[in-house]
Amino acid sequence: MKFRKIAAIISVTFLIVSILSLSFRGLNLGLDFSGGTLVEVTYDKPVSLEFIRDNLSENGYADSQVVNFGTNLDVLIKVADIDGNSSIGEDIYNILNSSESNIDLKRVEFVGPQVGEELRDQGGLGMLVALFMILLYVAFRFQYKFGLGAVAALGHDVIIILGCFSVFAWDFDLTVLAALLAVIGYSLNDTIVVSDRIRENFRTERVLEPLDMIDLSLNQTLSRTIITSLTTLLVLFALFFFGGELIKGFSLALILGVLVGTYSSIYVVANMLLSLNLTQEDLALPEPEGADFDDMP
Amino acid sequence: MNKFSIYQYLLILVILTVGFIYALPNIYPTQPSIQVAYTDSGKSADQALLVELKDILSQSESEYDEIFLRENKIVVKFYDVNKQLASKTILQNALLDKVIIALNLEPSTPQWLKNLGGNPVKLGLDLSGGVHFLLEVDIDTAQLGRLELLLDSYRTTFKDERISYDKSSINDLALFFQFSDKSSYNKALKKYKEDSPLINGVQYVITERPSSNILLLEYSDIALREIRDYAVGQNLVTLRNRVNELGVSEPVVQRQGANRIVVELPGVQDPTAAKKIIGKTANLEFRLEANSRTSPLRKEKFNFKDNEFQTAFLEKAVVVSGDRVTNANTGFDESGFAQVNITLDMEGGRALQKATTGNIGRRLGVLFVEQKNKSELVTNDLGEKIIEQTSYIEKNIISLATVQAVLGTSFRITGVGSPAEASELALLLRAGALAAPMKFVEERTVGPSLGKENIELGIRSIVIGFSMVVLFMFFYYRVFGLAANFSLVINLVLITGIMSLLGATLTLPGIAGIVLTVGMAVDANVLIFSRIREELKEKDPQLAIKDGFSRAFVTIFDANVTTLIAALILYVIGTGPIKGFAITLSIGIVTSMFTAIMCTRGIVNLVYGNRNIKVLKI
Repeated sequence: MKFRKIAAIISVTFLIVSILSLSFRGLNLGLDFSGGTLVEVTYDKPVSLEFIRDNLSENGYADSQVVNFGTNLDVLIKVADIDGNSSIGEDIYNILNSSESNIDLKRVEFVGPQVGEELRDQGGLGMLVALFMILLYVAFRFQYKFGLGAVAALGHDVIIILGCFSVFAWDFDLTVLAALLAVIGYSLNDTIVVSDRIRENFRTERVLEPLDMIDLSLNQTLSRTIITSLTTLLVLFALFFFGGELIKGFSLALILGVLVGTYSSIYVVANMLLSLNLTQEDLALPEPEGADFDDMP
Repeated sequence: MNKFSIYQYLLILVILTVGFIYALPNIYPTQPSIQVAYTDSGKSADQALLVELKDILSQSESEYDEIFLRENKIVVKFYDVNKQLASKTILQNALLDKVIIALNLEPSTPQWLKNLGGNPVKLGLDLSGGVHFLLEVDIDTAQLGRLELLLDSYRTTFKDERISYDKSSINDLALFFQFSDKSSYNKALKKYKEDSPLINGVQYVITERPSSNILLLEYSDIALREIRDYAVGQNLVTLRNRVNELGVSEPVVQRQGANRIVVELPGVQDPTAAKKIIGKTANLEFRLEANSRTSPLRKEKFNFKDNEFQTAFLEKAVVVSGDRVTNANTGFDESGFAQVNITLDMEGGRALQKATTGNIGRRLGVLFVEQKNKSELVTNDLGEKIIEQTSYIEKNIISLATVQAVLGTSFRITGVGSPAEASELALLLRAGALAAPMKFVEERTVGPSLGKENIELGIRSIVIGFSMVVLFMFFYYRVFGLAANFSLVINLVLITGIMSLLGATLTLPGIAGIVLTVGMAVDANVLIFSRIREELKEKDPQLAIKDGFSRAFVTIFDANVTTLIAALILYVIGTGPIKGFAITLSIGIVTSMFTAIMCTRGIVNLVYGNRNIKVLKI
């Protein structure tokens, strides 16, 4: 806990940068949330994106985004929503298909404006509900100060990940939102393990000061925290490098989430508990020692 | 002391066996197959068709594995794709338009597994390839249609009951009447209130403006829900009929939320054609029968749908088309004979009224209009025989009944035969009609190459991630690591088994969920093992193992419940692929708790339980 102050400064800096970027730059919303049409095609030989762009703008799609997706044979075309017109995808495919090279249609996605808006609202709402339910559960199982600590850590993680997506203008779509909710679950996992230790130590070791107590608990759980983060990161990197383009954003958000989540469960929760003045009385047990192990099978 | 009772081992064994059995169907490869159904969606495939197909296949000496009748289709399994395609061509050439033949991959699950309810995991569209549509039913238009009918019927009622009004219209989805005097106003209000009650509440919300003699009438929430449910339900039926025409092996047509319909067509590669069929409208025509005075230029001859030898001449002019039909159902007339009640919208009613005025005694025909594909065997320039498909429109008479009075928005067709025939006619009348217009609000097409690629990438990342975790655990924890790894394998088997058992759909994010579970599942074991390490400092090995497991349990439980909360919320708010992620994550959390605690403990107990250990390496 020697780094408590430094950690606080780092956290606050990251938070401020994230919030600033989110409020000024916003998120680069993916198709799921923005609405519009997306077409992915594979060419049998590399083509210049410039050529495709010109071809599309001649045919009335001047505002289309054309990028390579994964390899230089795969091309992704995105067109903003035009009055909820659902046949743009086919139109674009026909335009591209009529030019010389052979193409294979990989996917077409069309999301109407109202659906995008709904998904956006639903996603935001889901996130808030998740945070609130978790606050309730942790407050119920531990104590409200832990609940606040956990939710502060989660809020911290979510804002920083959103901030990264905003700063680097990565596509924020439904899978990233799913990853974000998974991060909430994961980071919480860590937070609970640490809180659980703090609670246990507060009950068994009656001599130490709160600061030392938290320090001791963190050190005891440190090796576990690191190993778990490591195994999770191993599979996430496997997913990132071998899982294909479609879940790159998803694995990226999770990788960030595991890193930030590990950090926050160590520093943010502890800092919150200390500033909330957690004392032994907060955790005084009404029943005899060991009673909470009764759910053991 | 670290021993499980025989029952605990038995419990673990039973769960493992069940998980293993239901995971088993997934290792059997799929077999290329075709599904044959009658083109006429009213007809179910039967033994006769089965025999016919067998004959054709044996005559052409086509090899097949198995042929059987399932529900309303006949399934033929083949040993390889070439035979599948060849046989499809042979059958299509022989039967032409009589049947719809869909290519499919049939799981080769052995019979005993099927009897136990074992099926392979269903693949989402992002893995199997196909088209996903989300359609929105325009409820306002449906409501407006109803209001127009209501306006018309109240105008008639008020005229009959001598209630005089100056103005009447529909404003912002409300019926507007301005009455000439107070007594008319009061009588109308009384009438509204009489008509309003339903079994479960009131139908109308009435706004009274006595000072200006104005009454506003809107549908209540109950009535609106009924209108919405009817419109969506009706469109659902119509869509199912249309989707059947596409010959897709396992289509999904489902209501989603209040006013949306999801259509999923696995394996369909051409969204344009699918959209055309799904989005088509109006396939009924009401026409008067031609009489002696009708000029030959203005009449057409049609066959009857149920009897191809019976024909009739109808006028060329269409009185009302099918998109004007808002409802058709069966009922009984005064003498107990079956009849079909038809409701048209305002415009349709007006047109019918005009056409039937002065034509009482003539017959009114209903034509069923179908867009059909005709297949013909033709020889091309190269001398090969190929099937050429041309689409054409076929019109058949489904009803020809005498006009007994001037008809309006609602009328009935009597003398339709048995109640079964009446309901068949009502179905046909409804089949063409969409109760309310729909529009596409979401569309996702995944090509077959991308689907296959997604499966490969997904499996590859599971294998790589899994191997790395297994290696790490083994080198870090040795014997205990092996126990944890064994649990991890069981965990994967259980996830697959439960997914198959629940009939849950696996999507690409779902695979990601499994990968994530693999990474996080060892967490519980890591918690337990590091706890044992700590306990070892002050206790003997057996006690350390025992306390390590029991102390870590609370932590694991709390940590997993919270992750489960997040996963469940994800399931509720998520759509399609995201739901898939939430499902695998939730299942993974539950199974990993079981394997990490019960299975690892079981193995550790088996290895160390009965021994007197001095030094425990962990």
